[in-house]
Amino acid sequence: MQQKDVLPMKTEVSEKRVVTTPATVQTMTGSEAVIRSLIAEGVDTIFGYPGGAIMPIYDALYDFQQEVHHILVRHEQGATHAAQGYARSSGEVGVVFATSGPGATNLVTGLADAYMDSTPMVCITGQVNAVLLGTDAFQETDVIGITMPITKWNIQVTRSEDIPGAIAKAFYIARNGRPGPVLVDITKNAQVGKLDFNYKKCEYIRSYHPVPELSEEAIKDAAALINQAQRPYILCGHGVLISGAEKELIALAEKANIPIASTLLGLSAVPVDHPLYVGYLGMHGNYGPNINTNECDVLIAVGMRFDDRITGEVSSYASQAKVIHIEIDAAEINKIIKADVPVHADAKTALQALLPHIAPTQHKEWLQTFKEADKQEYDKVKHRELYPEEGMLKMAEVVRIISEKTGGHAILVTDVGQHQMIASRYYQFKDPNTNITSGGMGTMGFALPAAMGAKMGAPEKEVVAVIGDGCFQMTLQELGTIYQSEIGVKIVILNNNFLGMVRQWQQLFFDKRYSSTEMINPDFVQIAKGFYVPGRKVTDRAEIAAAVEEMLTHKGAYLLEVVVEQEDNVFPMVPAGAPISHIRLE
Amino acid sequence: MDNNTSHTAAASNGTTHSGLREYTVTVYTEDRIGITNRITIIFTRRHINITSLTTAQTEIPGVYKFIITVLAEREKLDKVIGQIEKLIEIHRAFVHDESEVVYQELALYKISTASLHNGNIEQLIRDNNARILTITSEYFVIEKTGHQQELIDMLQKLVPYGVIEYSKSGRVAIVKWSRRFHDHLKDLQRKEADNLKLVH
Ligand SMILES: Cc1ncc(C[n+]2csc(CCOP(=O)(O)OP(=O)(O)O)c2C)c(N)n1
Repeated sequence: MQQKDVLPMKTEVSEKRVVTTPATVQTMTGSEAVIRSLIAEGVDTIFGYPGGAIMPIYDALYDFQQEVHHILVRHEQGATHAAQGYARSSGEVGVVFATSGPGATNLVTGLADAYMDSTPMVCITGQVNAVLLGTDAFQETDVIGITMPITKWNIQVTRSEDIPGAIAKAFYIARNGRPGPVLVDITKNAQVGKLDFNYKKCEYIRSYHPVPELSEEAIKDAAALINQAQRPYILCGHGVLISGAEKELIALAEKANIPIASTLLGLSAVPVDHPLYVGYLGMHGNYGPNINTNECDVLIAVGMRFDDRITGEVSSYASQAKVIHIEIDAAEINKIIKADVPVHADAKTALQALLPHIAPTQHKEWLQTFKEADKQEYDKVKHRELYPEEGMLKMAEVVRIISEKTGGHAILVTDVGQHQMIASRYYQFKDPNTNITSGGMGTMGFALPAAMGAKMGAPEKEVVAVIGDGCFQMTLQELGTIYQSEIGVKIVILNNNFLGMVRQWQQLFFDKRYSSTEMINPDFVQIAKGFYVPGRKVTDRAEIAAAVEEMLTHKGAYLLEVVVEQEDNVFPMVPAGAPISHIRLE
Repeated sequence: MDNNTSHTAAASNGTTHSGLREYTVTVYTEDRIGITNRITIIFTRRHINITSLTTAQTEIPGVYKFIITVLAEREKLDKVIGQIEKLIEIHRAFVHDESEVVYQELALYKISTASLHNGNIEQLIRDNNARILTITSEYFVIEKTGHQQELIDMLQKLVPYGVIEYSKSGRVAIVKWSRRFHDHLKDLQRKEADNLKLVH
């Protein structure tokens, strides 16, 4: 765990705090057991929002302010995204508290987002007294029913003595196998009732086997395919980062000179300047990586799940290639793309087993095709995006400057839309786990709270959130949290006065009928000022470099609004549902 | 569950006019509140209609078996099985076609006692391997087990005698090759017992 000493507590610490988890059985309330269970799981940061049904837990928290840092968000959705950002930057489980009813329903978007993007999170919600369950009591909502399809697991606890066991199981499930969000709903009577506390970590659930047994045969088959391949191609997904398999992946690529492309969530696993890294896949990915998916002869998909933004039309996707699919979630294998060699395993374990079987090879001509495609993309798109000399500022050049000034070492948190695609395309990622974005759900409003969490999870890192003007207005109240908890995130709003990505589609596919996508925006810098966060607005190309510099050198949070070209489009682009080979450069 | 289809949908070759086939899905689960919901939600999401669902504890304490019949395409169903197995409290899930299971259903028919004198209902009961469970002054109840079509045929035959009420169970099935899985469960149980010994 990182040190959190950059974040001073503003509240007085109470006298009667008890420091350690007791080794022996001790009688206490369910609420105290909740906090002690969390501490036993190594939790030191919680994002949450109080309310009637969770008040006993908040009361217990008051005694543990030295051990557990509670961040009071401004909306429960913000708590979930913050916990996601925290989990993704620290590798720990993100923890959320919310009250029953509206508190719990406000978690839904974040839970669904974390579920899609395999982010470990434990949400604890208060619930009405067990005797009132099912009576439509005040603030009673069936959170278990509501969150069933968007959590990896959930449980309602109605008795104090079941609390430690439920929390232990929650952490085990959230962390292991394919990680995901878990929800523990605790009724008020369970929070106030007494129990004999004795915490045991969960290490085994008889019906759940998160670590698959590696098939030696599958590894040999995969190696044979790779060794025979003329045009092998690695697709790197989020699973590589989750299992910490970056080194193994690069070793495999280097041994046999295989090009690596990345999915949106796989970004940052391989440094962008690595000679075998060829770029980013999908609807707004790079030209060569998309085109060549339909040219390779062996496709090695590692920890990715063939999302439709990657595959386009499935029937023509890599139909010429033999597919090796390394994936920890058995349900993902053969779900979208049939694997010739399915490897049901953790990415790191599989790659470690695979490496010794791989023969050193060259694939010069094959690698050259990526270079040629990249040159085309550079001439047609990248150059004029990155280095425009006239007209309004472009999103890409802003991202280029941020990338240059941070050396590609910052954690880049992006929201959803054009700015997300542009930032993902042009930020020069150097270090693993520095790309945090909402991939599977595409949740607008993700970035500001996620950046907040990311900074708390990795306080030593620079965290830059790149946010659209539309997205910012979905969760901007978290500026309040940023101020109160002194979280030093840098916020860049790329303001095009449009819901840009939707407007782009309207332009290209709906005859420029800009239905409800133009935005009359407030004065963002003034808003930030209202939350005591300093900022600056830039419209001029001549000012942008200095403004980014100023933002980065400023100690503490800072908001930079950049007014960019209104009707800019993100290219290349694969029209939705089209084969990826139909990728358009303009 | 839309039962309108279940009486007529499965033609003799098991395929319906829409190209769907009838399959038996078996799911082994832990005993847990809400597990039915968790399972059925997955069928709902893929627009697969459940035509019957039976569940009860197996011979292994705490392990339940769901027997679900559906009309579906095999490929889609295989993916559903994958999603079901992903649930934390699920041990395993399987799809079986007609040839892989031995199965029965049970029907109860409530008939007015007055109709006992209408023709030869006793003969009908005997010929169809049914039996009478109870007789009151108002009605009597006949029980019959068999495949769905036999139970429906029996219903048709009873209609002239005045059926007051009819109830049919879902499918109960034994999988012809299920031994392996049961061995696996027993193994688990043994291991768990050993684990416990180590702990205490
Ligand atoms: C919660 C939510 N609502 C709607 C959408 C649909 N959507 C995707 S991108 C987008 C536009 C985003 O606009 P903005 O934040 O200004 O970013 P830009 O595309 O202009 O960079 C919208 C409305 C979404 N992804 N999430």
